Amino acid sequence: MKITIDNNSVYCYTNSRDIDSDKPSIVFIHGSGMDHTVWTLAARHFARHGNNVIAVDLPGHGRSAGAALENIAAMADWLKKVLDALKVEATAVVGHSLGSLIALDFSARYASRARALVMVGTIVPMPVSDAILEACKNNDHSAYDMLTQYGLSKRHQYGGNRSSGIWMVGSSLRLYERSKPGALYHDMNACNEYQCGLERARAVECPVLMVLGSEDRLTPVRGTRPLQEALNHPEVSVLPGAGHTLMMEAPNALLDALHRVL
Amino acid sequence: MSAPDYPGLDTLALHAGSQPDPATGARATPIYQSASFCFPDSDYAASLFNIERAGHVYSRLSNPTNAVLEERIAALEDGVGAIATASGQAALTLAIMTLMGAGSHIVAAAALYGGSHNLLAYTLPRLGIETTFVDARDPQAFASAIQDNTRLVFAETVGNPGLDVLNIPEVAAVAHKAGLPLMVDSTFTTPYLIKPFEHGADIIMHSATKFLSGHGIVIGGLLVDGGRFDWDASGKFPTLTEPYAGFHNLVFSEEFGPAAFIQRARKEGLRDFGACMSPTTAFHILQGIETLGLRMSRHVENTRSVVEFLAQQEHVSRIGYPELEGHPDQPLAAALLPKGCGAVFSFDLKGGRDAGIAFVDALNLFSHLANVGDAKSLVIHPASTTHHRMDAAALAAGGIGEGTIRLSIGLEDPRDLMADLKQGLRAAGKVAAKQTVTS
Repeated sequence: MKITIDNNSVYCYTNSRDIDSDKPSIVFIHGSGMDHTVWTLAARHFARHGNNVIAVDLPGHGRSAGAALENIAAMADWLKKVLDALKVEATAVVGHSLGSLIALDFSARYASRARALVMVGTIVPMPVSDAILEACKNNDHSAYDMLTQYGLSKRHQYGGNRSSGIWMVGSSLRLYERSKPGALYHDMNACNEYQCGLERARAVECPVLMVLGSEDRLTPVRGTRPLQEALNHPEVSVLPGAGHTLMMEAPNALLDALHRVL
Repeated sequence: MSAPDYPGLDTLALHAGSQPDPATGARATPIYQSASFCFPDSDYAASLFNIERAGHVYSRLSNPTNAVLEERIAALEDGVGAIATASGQAALTLAIMTLMGAGSHIVAAAALYGGSHNLLAYTLPRLGIETTFVDARDPQAFASAIQDNTRLVFAETVGNPGLDVLNIPEVAAVAHKAGLPLMVDSTFTTPYLIKPFEHGADIIMHSATKFLSGHGIVIGGLLVDGGRFDWDASGKFPTLTEPYAGFHNLVFSEEFGPAAFIQRARKEGLRDFGACMSPTTAFHILQGIETLGLRMSRHVENTRSVVEFLAQQEHVSRIGYPELEGHPDQPLAAALLPKGCGAVFSFDLKGGRDAGIAFVDALNLFSHLANVGDAKSLVIHPASTTHHRMDAAALAAGGIGEGTIRLSIGLEDPRDLMADLKQGLRAAGKVAAKQTVTS
């Protein structure tokens, strides 16, 4: 489905269904340099189970036009405009990595619109190394290499995908390679500069689920304690063996975890 | 922070796609010889059928042993994904059926494996798919042959049997300019000698029966998706970019992005045409791939010895090995195939067809059969066997003469190979001498 926000075309994957105001809604937000396709399995699942699913492409990503937004608050404000345009009132908000910060910010500042918050592969604050930022800024392929290699658990560097025949390293690289110049830098920089996350977390009122990978090297489980303490009794699900790219590395376990709040 | 090196080919050949078996801890990839797989409950079953969960339903569509092989070749080729098929021919057919239907057109190199030529020249026209064959060495010929209804450019990395080296970057550029993907058959080269995606190819097929296996005990094919071709931007591939009624109006490029092609091939082509690989075959191919680097290195080393030997023989009129000075593809081979041009090549004997037959019949160590890429050395006379359905013009276009001999050099001691070849050359020489006296 395509809509127009701020004069730019915005793509939302809805499983080819119209939004039904009588159904509960779930919004899925991708991570840095990615697009809606990372959520295909989960979106298909919850669509079949009677939900409106809305997997967005952020501005300047995937099939959405315009320039990438430069900070998390702007992205959360943009998400509210998308939901307004779709006439979606309250929704569950599911985000991965960058998307988890957008979901957090949205849930805190537009509390009446968030019925559940799911933060996948997350940490607050979410600092990004100078090496990655610099490579992203230069649109250098080494940024894709670093994010792919550190994004997968060490074990999954060698594959073992549950989805038949799909090579996770190649899939991750091809998605990054498709990102528009500058988009990945804006995304990573927005993560790096988001300093009010814990404050926002304390303002969240809806039920919260955190889904973490036990082998995540970008947003390691051990660093999530401040976020867990700031949120109001979040459910925490740690998926064994998975790294940061949970939708690829542990699609079935992630789906089972999502059912705890969705 | 900097990116660590990706695992090397020899490491991926042993490990990619496999984990210790979760059920038993078995280190070797088990053979999951099961037609189907149990569902824990009805909703789980529905979610597998509707592509919501990852898992296996029925071994025509996917199988845990095959999945390891598929991931391994995708890793070795640096693609997004792969499908194991019943044969190399099945892989080629699957790719074509995924991309096009009646009324479509293919531009293919004239220098092709005879089986591929049969499919394109004789069988597909019955289904409304025509092919124009062009000189593999001329990228402009590919460009000139492209029509409005062309949907694929296809060639071998090195042509069978003449080893015409495909200028992949230039032919890929021609294809991409026309909004078309380039598919290459990399059976002769394997990812050890060249990684076609790095040079611009979009889809790779293999006959895994050959060097990938090395043992010559199974038939199998592999189809690999590079994931870089933009099907939406091309606008010529409705099977990938428009709703598919056969799967609840799924749009593959929309839902699977870079993996649109390989997902459609599995969800439709493997499902409907059914040319799947047996899990036992996948297991055997995996055993071969584990030693791919070691074997290919030795194959090339032995081939260079044999080529050097043949170049000194008076009864040999031509050797088609691109590393030789004077070969038309020598500079291109040096650029694209620095580790070697493989272990299959052809040469011409003085004395034509009769000399060729005498040569083949006099060999003992070389096995006379229709295959290549075995650990054992092989020989065949293409004009009377693998390419016998091609007429004289097609044979000539493919670089095959009446006296052309194709060798596939194995892993034996090269001194023994050369001793055997000497016997064949003596027999061929006698025939050539008789012809000289007669004339």
